[in-house]
Amino acid sequence: MCLGIPGQIVEITDAACQLGMADVSGVRREVSLACVADRPLDQLIGEWALIHVGFAMALIDADEAAETLAALEGLGEAQETLEQMAEGAKALAPKGEVVQ
Amino acid sequence: MRYVEEFRDPVKARAVLAEIARVTDQIGATAENPVRIMEICGGHTHAIFRYGLDKLTPEGLEFIHGPGCPVCVLPMARVDECVEIAEQEGVIFTTFGDAMRVPGTRKSLLQAKADGADIRMVYSPLDALELARRNPEREVVFFGLGFETTTPSTALTIQQAARENIRNFSVFCNHITVPPPIRALLDDPHMRLDGFVGPGHVSMVIGTHPYDFIAQDYGKPIVVAGFEPLDLLQSVLMVLVQIRDGVARVENQYARVVPEHGNPVSLAAIEDVYEPRPSFEWRGLGEIDASGLRIRDGYKAFDAEEKFGIGYAAGTRNVPEPEGCACGAVMTGRMKPTECPQFGRGCTPDMPLGALMVSSEGACAAYWTYGGARAVEPAE
Ligand code: SF4
Repeated sequence: MCLGIPGQIVEITDAACQLGMADVSGVRREVSLACVADRPLDQLIGEWALIHVGFAMALIDADEAAETLAALEGLGEAQETLEQMAEGAKALAPKGEVVQ
Repeated sequence: MRYVEEFRDPVKARAVLAEIARVTDQIGATAENPVRIMEICGGHTHAIFRYGLDKLTPEGLEFIHGPGCPVCVLPMARVDECVEIAEQEGVIFTTFGDAMRVPGTRKSLLQAKADGADIRMVYSPLDALELARRNPEREVVFFGLGFETTTPSTALTIQQAARENIRNFSVFCNHITVPPPIRALLDDPHMRLDGFVGPGHVSMVIGTHPYDFIAQDYGKPIVVAGFEPLDLLQSVLMVLVQIRDGVARVENQYARVVPEHGNPVSLAAIEDVYEPRPSFEWRGLGEIDASGLRIRDGYKAFDAEEKFGIGYAAGTRNVPEPEGCACGAVMTGRMKPTECPQFGRGCTPDMPLGALMVSSEGACAAYWTYGGARAVEPAE
């Protein structure tokens, strides 16, 4: 659970809260950009980041991203992380939610 | 060499392996008197077993698996406290999936969920905060778990909750830090460690200086490593070269991701929200001074221990580990997983007895998954 997964920042969704959309192996997930916001947020679009539990933790280059993803796939961690993202999405929209 | 072909660069891997064998030999390490290197991070433990690195490296080199799996080091009392919070009326208990199956005294979170508690697996503390926004009449508690890699995420989430004044959100804080248990292991007279492979993603947050004491005070080398198999092998080689040359330094093999001074935003958020506890209990290691974090008074409203009067807020507790479980000995490198009498008998990934069999980063689960299972099959 301590490993991050590479994702590409594709959009700024909430500049005030420093949130953006990341593409992680084809899955889109909103992430916090707070830890990598060392420049105007718009300039982060297109950058690759190591994403850990919904937070972009470090910017990495595209080659590093590809190698890291390959290593994670080798360990079975990439699949696990994508499943956890799906679980998270499910937790937010469960059937039988008490209050909408 | 049955696994080398799986490496991204088998030619390079072979070259590094040959060099590891040569330097191990120069050190004079043998199977009887091996050089002992601890990989601190559970992700590294997983990679070592997955790629069979312990089989590819010479017999004179022994990997000691460190306490770097946050699910594994959590004592049973904390799991019990999670269940206790989760079973309270009106609570939505949120957790990373890894923690669901860790056995507690009465039950795991998974069993508590089956018994009707509203427990939800989330990917991020941000998901838990969103649940709190959407369910203002419920108490949403997030199980904050993990080393310095994960700590900034809950710190930033608590800061956000404070900004929005979301009062039905709190964190059950079990964040722990890497350096204190390493110091505890180095102080243990029964432990002999010759060097360390340092955690990559923890160091991305804290930088490399928090390890200076390992080299300066204890004279042991440490190399911060990425978790690609080749990263790991290169780091092991760097540790061995230092041992051979009789030096002890903090080196950074993973500089492409790990800045020397860490991540300033993450460190500032941790500092703002958390402070060290006087001590924190680790499975197998006992209480270690200043090894865990708690939420500062300024953010008390978001501290589940305060809100529910549970855990350290309720005074000292003492919960024994399960009968016959050797998790503590395995955690501290005193025993190999297969030497635990429960391994593969009373304890398997499907029916875990100890935490080390639950998480993919736990030594027992990794050992079982990548060949250790054979060790208990009646092949003899
Ligand atoms: S086999 Fe099970 S009980 Fe034994 S040390 Fe490993 S996790 Fe603990």
